[in-house]
Amino acid sequence: MALNQRHLMRVVGLAVLLIVTAFFVVPMIWLFLAPTKTDGQLLTESPFAFGSLSTLFHTFHRIITYGDDSLVIWLKNSAIYSFGGTALAIVAAIPAGYGLALTHFIGRRALLSITLVVMIMPATALVLPLFLEINKLGLYGTIWSLILPFGFFPFGVYLTYIYFSSTIPKDLLAAARIDGAGEWNVFRYIALPLARPIVALVGFFAFVASWNNFFLPFVMTYDNSQYPLQIGLQQLIGSTASFNPANYSAGSSIVVLHRPDLAMAVIIAVAPVLIVFLFAQRALVSGMLAGATKE
Amino acid sequence: MSVSSTPTAPGGRVIARRGSRVGAGRERPPAGTSPTAGYFFVALYVVLLVLLGIAPVVYAVDLALSNQGGLGTSFVDAFRDYRFVPAFEHVLEFTGLWLVSQTILVVGLTLMLHNLARRVGAAFRFLFYIPGALAGAASVIVWLFMLDPSASPFAFILHWLGYAQFDNTIAPGNLTFIFAIMAFWIGAGGWIVVMYGALNNIPHELLESAQIDGANAFKTALWIKLPLIRKWVVYMLVLSFAGGTQLFVEPTVLGSAALGVGVSKYWSPNQLAWFVASQYDNVDEAAAIAVVLLVFGLAVAAILVWRGRLFEVE
Repeated sequence: MALNQRHLMRVVGLAVLLIVTAFFVVPMIWLFLAPTKTDGQLLTESPFAFGSLSTLFHTFHRIITYGDDSLVIWLKNSAIYSFGGTALAIVAAIPAGYGLALTHFIGRRALLSITLVVMIMPATALVLPLFLEINKLGLYGTIWSLILPFGFFPFGVYLTYIYFSSTIPKDLLAAARIDGAGEWNVFRYIALPLARPIVALVGFFAFVASWNNFFLPFVMTYDNSQYPLQIGLQQLIGSTASFNPANYSAGSSIVVLHRPDLAMAVIIAVAPVLIVFLFAQRALVSGMLAGATKE
Repeated sequence: MSVSSTPTAPGGRVIARRGSRVGAGRERPPAGTSPTAGYFFVALYVVLLVLLGIAPVVYAVDLALSNQGGLGTSFVDAFRDYRFVPAFEHVLEFTGLWLVSQTILVVGLTLMLHNLARRVGAAFRFLFYIPGALAGAASVIVWLFMLDPSASPFAFILHWLGYAQFDNTIAPGNLTFIFAIMAFWIGAGGWIVVMYGALNNIPHELLESAQIDGANAFKTALWIKLPLIRKWVVYMLVLSFAGGTQLFVEPTVLGSAALGVGVSKYWSPNQLAWFVASQYDNVDEAAAIAVVLLVFGLAVAAILVWRGRLFEVE
């Protein structure tokens, strides 16, 4: 009886696991197969059937040239905002984390506490106040309205603080100081070369957070030439026939997109982050756990 | 916002589980270092913190309070706005639904994965984690496809539920449920990774002695593992609650589909604040709503930092 019950529990557990896995995986598989098919094939063929490579190339060409190469413009904007923000985040966060971990100054604990509060607070809570401030400062519509907020990355400071607190031998730094090295040289020539993993980690997190951000560019940009991909994707929904049938009326001059085109745009938009997720998974996970748990 | 902002955070999801007393008990920073060096290293970050973290909050509070009609008028205007209460009702309903389902599923799945062989568990964690890469507008579009009965691979479920057309599926009554599904799809994987990491911190001896005492996998999960990861469950709940109140991306992008006529432009408080600022140039009321939302976020953050003992500040 007990054996049967255990067997039943195992079967139920396996069934739940399979259903949940389908929930997570099926939309991804569907998304990657959709651009290989025409809109008609999407409705008639199996969701998991592969269309053809020629359809895939055709879809790719149509979406990349759509609206005077809008997607390329959005891609370029996303790259400028994200790489600019990430570079600023690294330049600000790495020395700050080092300073908080390995130097002593009045207000250090207060700064650490404020950093934690801002880090935990949902970033979106600051978007509207930021919009009001950026507007007041006259930076609205400039690339700085996005690069500066993306570069303010308290999580990176905290990660660096934890890293320098727990991994750099203080005797090593003390020995350098006894040998006459100044504080900047200790940081530049000893701490920084040892901190490459944390620089990469802060870079990964800052990049993903900037690339995927929707709300901030939504309020800070107002023109197609400024939009990053996240906002561009929203614009594309308006041109997709199945979601906005009015645009599909006969004689309309609007170039109409179809589901496979939109799916292709989504794939292009998420590709950089997906690559980071796939190839830096271990690093990202270790960052999420902040080195405090054993895998 | 995108509620993906799980341990992110969501973003987002940036803030998964950060160190459990990392480096607890370590020595004080070296006394030989010059205090000016410390100021030098944190200078740029402090400038950014003041300009982009503190000043916007102070400015928003100032705007909200300095309305010409008198102190606090903006808040009164915001509370009296006929869209204010429904917007908060929407996000609270969404957050409640999302938190309950996420907690049950994340904890259940993590405990289940922890019983599997190491490599099998790792494969499942990876599969659950990957949708997090699609945070933002991308995930909403993916779910637009999934909710369209004519093309969705889940069409058989939609038809079974009686939804034959896309606009049936995204009817106003279904929105909280739909946003909860989107949020779970993006964020749950990250939390499972976090919980799994916490479970790995449980000493093997403890689990072995429970096994020797005759506890089966279910009892071990319920009486040993669950209490030991309780603080991370609380962390997830509190953080997700703060994130949930900030909902923005999902209703905004879903509303871009003309068929989503039921999604108003002020479905969530963040949308309402943006709507009154951009459509009516009423920055005072927008600031007041933003301040109310900020209070949620700040309160949660302060509780976690000073009461939660989850972070190392020495």
